[in-house]
Amino acid sequence: MSLKDYVTLRVGGQLFGVDAARVHDVFHPRGLTPVPLSRSEIAGVLNLRGRIVTAVCARRRLGLPPREEGAPEPLAIGLEVHGDSYGLVIDSVDEVLKLDDEKFHAPPGNLPPRWAEIIVGVYQLEKELLIVLDPHTLLDAAHLKAA
Amino acid sequence: MRTLSTTGYIVDDLISEFLTETAESLEVVDSELVRFEANPNERKTLDNIFRLVHTVKGTCGFLGLSRLEAVAHAGETLLGRFRDGKLDVTPVAVTLVLHSIDRIKVILAGLEATGNEPDGDDHDLIAQLEAMAEGQAVDLSTVKAVEVPDRPINGEIEPAVFNGPALGAGALGVGDIDPATGRALRPGEVAEADLEAAFAAADGPDDTPTTLQAGDIDPATGRALRLGEVSEADLEAAFAAAESPDWMNEATSDVEVSQPVAPSAPPVTAIKPAVPTPPAKAPEPMAGLGGEDAQGIATTQSIRVSVDVLEGLMTLVSEMVLTRNQLLQISRTREDSAFATPLQRLSTLTGELQDSVMKTRMQPIGAAWKKLPRLVRDLSYELGKKIDLVMEGEGTELDRQVLELIRDPLTHMVRNSADHGLEGTQERIDLGKPATGTVKLSAFHEGGYIVIRISDNGRGLNTPRIREKLLEKGLVTRNELDTLSDQQVQRYIFAPGFSTAAAVTNLSGRGVGMDVVRTNIEQIGGQIDLLSVPGSGTTFTIKIPLTLAIVSALIVGAGGQKFAVPQTSVMELVRTGQNAEHKIEKINDALVLRLRNKLLPLVQLGPTLQLEAAKDEDATFVMVIQVGERRYGLVVNDVLDTEEIVVKPLATILRDVNVFSGATILGDGSVVLILDPNAMSERAGNMLEEKASEDTEDTTAHAGSEKVAMLLFRAGSGAPKAVELAHITRLEHIESDKIEMMEGRAALQYRGKLMPILTVSSDFSGLLSSSREEAHVQPLLVFTGEGYAMGLAVDEIVDVVEDQMTIELSADRPGVRGTAIIAGRACEILDVDYYHLRGLAEHQRHPVSHVSSERAVA
Repeated sequence: MSLKDYVTLRVGGQLFGVDAARVHDVFHPRGLTPVPLSRSEIAGVLNLRGRIVTAVCARRRLGLPPREEGAPEPLAIGLEVHGDSYGLVIDSVDEVLKLDDEKFHAPPGNLPPRWAEIIVGVYQLEKELLIVLDPHTLLDAAHLKAA
Repeated sequence: MRTLSTTGYIVDDLISEFLTETAESLEVVDSELVRFEANPNERKTLDNIFRLVHTVKGTCGFLGLSRLEAVAHAGETLLGRFRDGKLDVTPVAVTLVLHSIDRIKVILAGLEATGNEPDGDDHDLIAQLEAMAEGQAVDLSTVKAVEVPDRPINGEIEPAVFNGPALGAGALGVGDIDPATGRALRPGEVAEADLEAAFAAADGPDDTPTTLQAGDIDPATGRALRLGEVSEADLEAAFAAAESPDWMNEATSDVEVSQPVAPSAPPVTAIKPAVPTPPAKAPEPMAGLGGEDAQGIATTQSIRVSVDVLEGLMTLVSEMVLTRNQLLQISRTREDSAFATPLQRLSTLTGELQDSVMKTRMQPIGAAWKKLPRLVRDLSYELGKKIDLVMEGEGTELDRQVLELIRDPLTHMVRNSADHGLEGTQERIDLGKPATGTVKLSAFHEGGYIVIRISDNGRGLNTPRIREKLLEKGLVTRNELDTLSDQQVQRYIFAPGFSTAAAVTNLSGRGVGMDVVRTNIEQIGGQIDLLSVPGSGTTFTIKIPLTLAIVSALIVGAGGQKFAVPQTSVMELVRTGQNAEHKIEKINDALVLRLRNKLLPLVQLGPTLQLEAAKDEDATFVMVIQVGERRYGLVVNDVLDTEEIVVKPLATILRDVNVFSGATILGDGSVVLILDPNAMSERAGNMLEEKASEDTEDTTAHAGSEKVAMLLFRAGSGAPKAVELAHITRLEHIESDKIEMMEGRAALQYRGKLMPILTVSSDFSGLLSSSREEAHVQPLLVFTGEGYAMGLAVDEIVDVVEDQMTIELSADRPGVRGTAIIAGRACEILDVDYYHLRGLAEHQRHPVSHVSSERAVA
């Protein structure tokens, strides 16, 4: 039995997990500069301690409805893909969970295509399902185009 | 260092190092040979060449590269005969040696690609070399000259690892060409690492001429010598330079500048913190280069640094500069700051650090010139012209990245100058010019730019021929041509699809024209211009920024957002708006700006980026932007600031948004996107074509097509009319009641004069009838000639289109040239001359007199 750390987070009420080793930091996406003519998933670019980070809206990427009025300020998790810095804008971060590989399941076959390729698998937690995201395909330009 | 070749093979370390060093040696041999040929008595040059070739041969033998060894051996034998004075140095002999060098390069390229010597037969070449060495006559034509792939070694290697091809050698080559300048000892040029290795292996077999002569290296020593051999050549070059009386001064002044300089081109990256005095003090040992003597030089310290490390350093410093800027901005807003003094100190240090790191990226431009002596020599023989290549300012430094980008354009231009610019030798003699033509390259710094001049003392550009060609190719209309000055005409050699070469030679005129050169230079924010004097030559001047990493940018506002525009592409700023002198006008929805009697097509930044305009944004500026042939105006809401920005690439996910070339962090910590004027112009181009506006700079046809911009309008009865836009000076919309009628003629007070108004139907019923009812807006086409103007009143301006004008039906009445299909419609083409005559007649009937005395009837 081997354990793996996951950062768990919520987007549109759904619980997601990202391999904790991939998450560089968690921050408030502030001072966003919108990028005209870019895809709708792109929230903008921002300066995070001297680095230019491209913020990608998780709700848009997953095809979820936009944030409700009056919702708390969103958070972003810092990820690196192909040497570029990204911030995945999410609703909130829950905690870091140590999860056992044995409880890991391949994604079910009936997922919408937009979800199917970015989901690595599912953990059955006691209360709910934890959907594990693959940051790579999530933020990859080619996959984004296809989506 | 393990080098991954592009073909994916991991080349063995040993081979890899051999390839690198040999490539360097061969570059040196190329230029040395050319020098040697010009001056066969220069013993030192020959020694140097001999040593280099010998080194290659020795190393090949050790590595078991038999094919290479055989060629090198034969070449060396021939060189040996020169050296012993048993054979005269003839151009044929030198060409033969050059052929063998080329062959070696080809084999090396194969070796680089596959890790093995390519198959091939060199017997023809070797036989020729041997025959030549025996003093027999050699027919060069039997030796097949091989096409050497450009940068045979270096080009193959992953650019990230090996970005500055053989810089050390290149610089050495430069130094060799003119040792008097002491250039060979500029930092990095002598491969210090090689030097060091040389000392380790200094008791090499080529200490004495006899060993050299024999050329057979004991493998045991050969191995030790592998590195050292190249270095000895380098050493020798260094000594050659050291003997120059200027050297010490040069070096001393050099050191101040060069101390922090770490030439960044791998693999011979060498940082030289110490003054290279030892080689200067030890010019003697070169005759019998003993290891003991050379040991003293080992105090010169250097290390090889990979470009990646330097790039990383650059990135870090850039970020540090940005952070510094932010800190300064914060401290400015606080009065009580105890941080002010240390912050000031930090700021200064950061600046110095930035300068130093920038210098590690700097390389002498000579590195891009090193192939040129050989090129000019080959050209000289091929074309049968005597050509001198003069190079000045090889030491002028610029960013490595920029250097790479101008290498090919420069080569192309030197080739052009030698081939097309210079007359043949006989022609020169007939003209009373010196028989030897000169191509001169010079470089110097000016502001944040490096200026490079390529000049020849040849025949100059044939301006009348260019004019003919412009018409032939439909690049300009005859009307436009008349208004162009000679210099403007000459600049058309930069236009796409233009080539003046009457005869296409083997070496130039391969279809890559000056337009490519211009594009390349403009892509890096540079400019190119030329000056040509008939009979005395042509000078090209290139001005390029020293570095691309940090650029000067204008921060502009549009659609409530800030953007950075690189300053190099902005020609001028024009204020427009309510009270400004210049106003934005519309031709059929396309925005244009009248600027010094020309129409500048405009692109609105906000709308193009699909940004909503903020309400209070109306004070607008037009940035006149020149990209290649195209000039357009970018309408922005505000120009806020100029700032030195550090360009950072956008994340991959944003690469499809091509209007931005990157992003940067401003002093206030905000991120702004950097506009790419090139991409914007493409967008602009699309828009302009859709709306069928015209660009007055190169009004009409793009190269190749014979399309003409036509104005479509309705006037009188019958088919729509069309007229070439080029004939129209202005489009006016006037109040119809301003038209004054007298004695069956109509006129308008226009710019203080009375301008006759004509109509197509030659009666004024249309004008009169409408003016009786109520005033309406009357469209007017204004034509001007020498000292007069006339207006043609039309019913409606329909469109401006670009189309071919093929008159298919002949005219059936005066004023019409015929009927043509324009934009899918049958249109009558206006006979402009007819209306000019009528307009002129009107003027003569009543010479412009006092307006008041002829008060209108209507």
